[in-house]
Amino acid sequence: MTAAGGLPAFAHDALGKSEALGTVATICDVCFWKCGAVAHLRDGKPWKIEGNALDPLSEGRLCPRGTGGVGAHYDANRLKWPLIRKGERGQEQWVRATWEEALQTIADRMSKLKADYGPESMALFTHGLGGSFFKHTMHAYGTPNIAAPSYSQCRGPRDVGFTLTFGEGVSTPERTDIANARCLVLIGSHLGENMHNTQVQEFSHAIERGASIIVVDPRFSVAAGKAKHYLPIKPGTDMALLLAWMNVLVKEELFDKEYVEAYGYGFDAFAAHIAQYTPDWAYPKTGIEPSVIRDTAREMARHRPASLVHPGRHVTWYGDDAQRSRAIALLNALLGSWGRKGGFYYPASVDIPAYRYPDYPTPSRPKADNPGNKYPFADGALTNGIRDATTTGKPYPIKGWMVYATNLLEAMPNREETIRAIQELDLMVVVDVIPSEIAGWADVVLPEAIYLERYDDLHLSWFRQPFVGLRQPVVEPPDDQKPGWWIARELATKLGLERFYPWTHIEDYLRARVESAGLSFDELKKHGVILGPKEPLYFDEGVPAEFYTPSGKIEFYSPQLEAAGFDPVPKFTAHEQPPPGAFRLLYGRSPVHSFSRTQTNPVLSEMENENEVWLNEDIAGRYGLRSGDYVRLKNSEGTTSNPVRVKATQRIRGDCVYMTHGFGHSARGIFPKYKKGASDGQLITKYEVDPLMGGTGMNMTFVTLELEA
Amino acid sequence: MSEYTTTNSNPFVDMSHQVWAWEIPVYLFLGGLVAGMMVISGYFLLTGRWRDPRSACHALPLWSLVLLSLGMLALFLDLEHKLYVWRLYLTFEVTSPMSWGSWILLLVYPALLANLFLTPPERLRDRSPRIADVSSRMQAQTSTVTAIAVVNIGLGILVGIYTGILLSSLGARPLWSSGLLGPLFLVSGVSTAAALVHMLAEVPEERAFSARADIGLLVTELLFIVLFLIGLMNASKVHQEAASLLLGGPFTAVFWVLVVGLGLLVPIVIQSLAVARRIGHTPVAPLLVIAGGLVFRFVMVNAGQLSHWTPT
Amino acid sequence: MARFGMVIDTAKCVGCMDCVVACKTENDVPDGFCRDWIATEVTGSFPELSMEIRSERCNMCDNPPCVYCCPTGASHVSEYGKLVQITNEKCIGCKACLAACPYGARFTHPDGYADKCTFCEHRLKEGKEPACVSVCPTYCMYFGDLDDPNSEVSRLLESRQSKTLLPEAGTQPRIYFLTDEPK
Repeated sequence: MTAAGGLPAFAHDALGKSEALGTVATICDVCFWKCGAVAHLRDGKPWKIEGNALDPLSEGRLCPRGTGGVGAHYDANRLKWPLIRKGERGQEQWVRATWEEALQTIADRMSKLKADYGPESMALFTHGLGGSFFKHTMHAYGTPNIAAPSYSQCRGPRDVGFTLTFGEGVSTPERTDIANARCLVLIGSHLGENMHNTQVQEFSHAIERGASIIVVDPRFSVAAGKAKHYLPIKPGTDMALLLAWMNVLVKEELFDKEYVEAYGYGFDAFAAHIAQYTPDWAYPKTGIEPSVIRDTAREMARHRPASLVHPGRHVTWYGDDAQRSRAIALLNALLGSWGRKGGFYYPASVDIPAYRYPDYPTPSRPKADNPGNKYPFADGALTNGIRDATTTGKPYPIKGWMVYATNLLEAMPNREETIRAIQELDLMVVVDVIPSEIAGWADVVLPEAIYLERYDDLHLSWFRQPFVGLRQPVVEPPDDQKPGWWIARELATKLGLERFYPWTHIEDYLRARVESAGLSFDELKKHGVILGPKEPLYFDEGVPAEFYTPSGKIEFYSPQLEAAGFDPVPKFTAHEQPPPGAFRLLYGRSPVHSFSRTQTNPVLSEMENENEVWLNEDIAGRYGLRSGDYVRLKNSEGTTSNPVRVKATQRIRGDCVYMTHGFGHSARGIFPKYKKGASDGQLITKYEVDPLMGGTGMNMTFVTLELEA
Repeated sequence: MSEYTTTNSNPFVDMSHQVWAWEIPVYLFLGGLVAGMMVISGYFLLTGRWRDPRSACHALPLWSLVLLSLGMLALFLDLEHKLYVWRLYLTFEVTSPMSWGSWILLLVYPALLANLFLTPPERLRDRSPRIADVSSRMQAQTSTVTAIAVVNIGLGILVGIYTGILLSSLGARPLWSSGLLGPLFLVSGVSTAAALVHMLAEVPEERAFSARADIGLLVTELLFIVLFLIGLMNASKVHQEAASLLLGGPFTAVFWVLVVGLGLLVPIVIQSLAVARRIGHTPVAPLLVIAGGLVFRFVMVNAGQLSHWTPT
Repeated sequence: MARFGMVIDTAKCVGCMDCVVACKTENDVPDGFCRDWIATEVTGSFPELSMEIRSERCNMCDNPPCVYCCPTGASHVSEYGKLVQITNEKCIGCKACLAACPYGARFTHPDGYADKCTFCEHRLKEGKEPACVSVCPTYCMYFGDLDDPNSEVSRLLESRQSKTLLPEAGTQPRIYFLTDEPK
């Protein structure tokens, strides 16, 4: 893909054109994958975005969100200037402010909080690369309470389950060797609708190479359409299937004996425990026939070790998600896929030293999210823990929130709890790019420049091909928006923390770091990506087979779980099922949207303008509903959604409904999308907390259909 | 069991995006009417009716010019790239019935003007001695009369038939896939023209003649409609589905009640009675024929645009 | 001269609409219209289902009814690649071509002329592939010269089973969808 001289081919084409064309390499931020992108300008304005051919994550091809990223610059609903609340919180009534006024307001209140309650009373919720300098400012200020919803509302349980088994998590981008898998099992993963770019590309390569695909999903997803085996599992019963699969592999001695022998600990106890979980036992629970369970287990074994049971990403479903993820880890361990080609590889990153800052002050109190270590295996901060601490004042009061780039009212379950917590605050600051629901509850709203208009910290991902990536501005922000690094720096200065920002402009910081690693910052600016040396990926390439568990081995049986009072080998728990006439609410991703942050992007909203509720066609018929009719969903607590369009389809079981997340906006500032479609975030008031690590299982909402008059 | 979804928002797939709206049916109607008037006018010339100063001959050319211009205006209004309309006249695209039509329509104006000068209306003759003089000299030469007649009949047939050929050449709209569409539009046009002549005629014999002619034309039109539907019903599935738009589908009532019932059958009956002197000649029948002709064009254009090959 | 066409492997397509977005930005396709789109067909009843996802656009037919019906020659077959193209300045906006296309590939551009996929001719002339082909994250789209037996598209048609859309309409489309499993 590169022309002579190492420049991507299109860079040559862009030169010497008669129109004022330019290209700038940067990193996409429409989701959190951080693909390398090249923005094309026409007369200084963003025209289109293509992938950066040098970028190993995207291989020069972006997903539809990245391709549609120009729309974020032209979005008429963007936040334009700082806002200070007038009226009550949540009323979305603002006074326009200067940056000086806004930042001074925040700094003054933060200083007061520090004096009255201590710096630990300030919490930061953050998501994405852009949060880096906000974290830095908050650490400098002295609070330990920094959390991302991606932990306890998304992949936290998965990484805990894997860490308990292999001693390491799955990380992001997932260390899944999909391209080389001969058998790929997707259990609750809707790859192809979930557009994690690298994974979808690899999925396609796997299909091309004739990989055997097994999909387990209550909905006939796009991936199911490509599967050799589609298992229409009853929602809530995935653990039973996983245990039964393991049962077959052990009973029929199809697992990787040498691998287990060499690296496993506690296998005999494990085998004894799962002997009870036969396919016949699993059948009435899951609805999957025993012969199918056996056939698919044997299929996985046939292709091992290149048999990959994908651990998923958003696994916060039922409250036992860490144990379910551990079951997936154990299944992979039986197949011998961890550390092997076609399974899980060992990623590496480019070693770029951190910037030398003064030491952060040591907080006098530990973080407040997990008092008494109630969730003993939580290895990340819990957003819901901070929320609880804010509401209760225990273990100590949290009186200030800063929220960066995450719409907590859509991301966290039970928005009334979030609002109740916010009402306890003396200070609520939101940094965002659109007037999101959470921004509507702030005291001060700070408009950030979008990714096309700013620098961010260096992108150093752990991946099969180490690389460093640079996000740099392509165009000026259209109004008074500022980049996050500048906001964080200005705030720190106003807080008297200048010493933590010895550099003035982020370019100085970036250049210093890059050059300290012996790399050229100018080359990074030009190409957007610098590749690092490739490292071994698999055990047979020289990766040491070391497992950071207490035993130093793959723990089929986990004494540390036992000691903490949890099941050392996963057990099946029957989860509550919907009452007659109700449906379990399932939600997922649209390939053209990211969460609730892209619905006002004009390019992307044209692709999908509102979401639909998938309803089994036969069930729909009984209600007299057809595709295109509108219906409201009501949860067991009486909360009713906006009218949402019905998709009556054969592609889903009759006991659940499904819709894509991110619609049904209730923020009035998001005017054209106000109340378009339904919001699962609004309906999810019930949730189950994972006792191991505090994750919030959010697939426990049951809804009934309210027909429109 | 099959589900089909598409994200295509273009016209013909997204039915809310209609491509041709009222302008085209209105033009088709007026064009057909004028075509018929040219044929009838030519026929009247050849059979010497022009000698009677009260003959409809003297009204037809001016009516034709006005109605045709209105039709052309509707056509122009339909264009999305109006400023480029002259592009039609820089080329002749032999495979495009629309190209044929645009050139035919260009030739129609001089033909109508010649006919106007040959048999001008009395008021025009009185007002302008020059026109009266030209008219007399043209009328004096049989060959001129014949030539003008033949040209008007010829161009009238072309105008009346090309629109049906145009629609039938758009195979993507299965409702229009019939070789009969051209002749059907021509006959329909001439029947509306005969109805108009029936109303304009001052000479009782001419009135009766046009009524008899109209009956014949309406019966022929009815026959062509039946053959048209039979043809579709015996073709492929998409053609059967297209025909069913008129046979049980959303256009059934409008088509059979307004177009066939009130636009064809009732006028046949009324005019037959009138011709058999059971009742007096009435403008009711011709008005129904004319209205029916207009509704017929709307049904064909709208239903045609709904008929399709791709599933929706 | 070449005769360009496309081969699309529906086994890999996930219907993500990347091709639609890329086309929209590359070609400034106006709001509310599209030059390419995703069609999905599902057959069977739950859970015995099969699904085909297709990225569709103008098929650059060898027997193009949209060219025959054009009264000004605006809709024509170009020398370059034997592509069906529209010369905007010749188009009067009569919309006969919209009516002539059985695939719904054409629309009226707000500026007045008929518009549709051009196979990104401007990119082809720079040695690039159409935007949709270049962006596709599943690499399911192939573009090339159908008259060259050694081109990737020709070799795919040789080795795999394929179909075109509405072959019974007689338009002889030049976009082929592979219908068998890879390998």
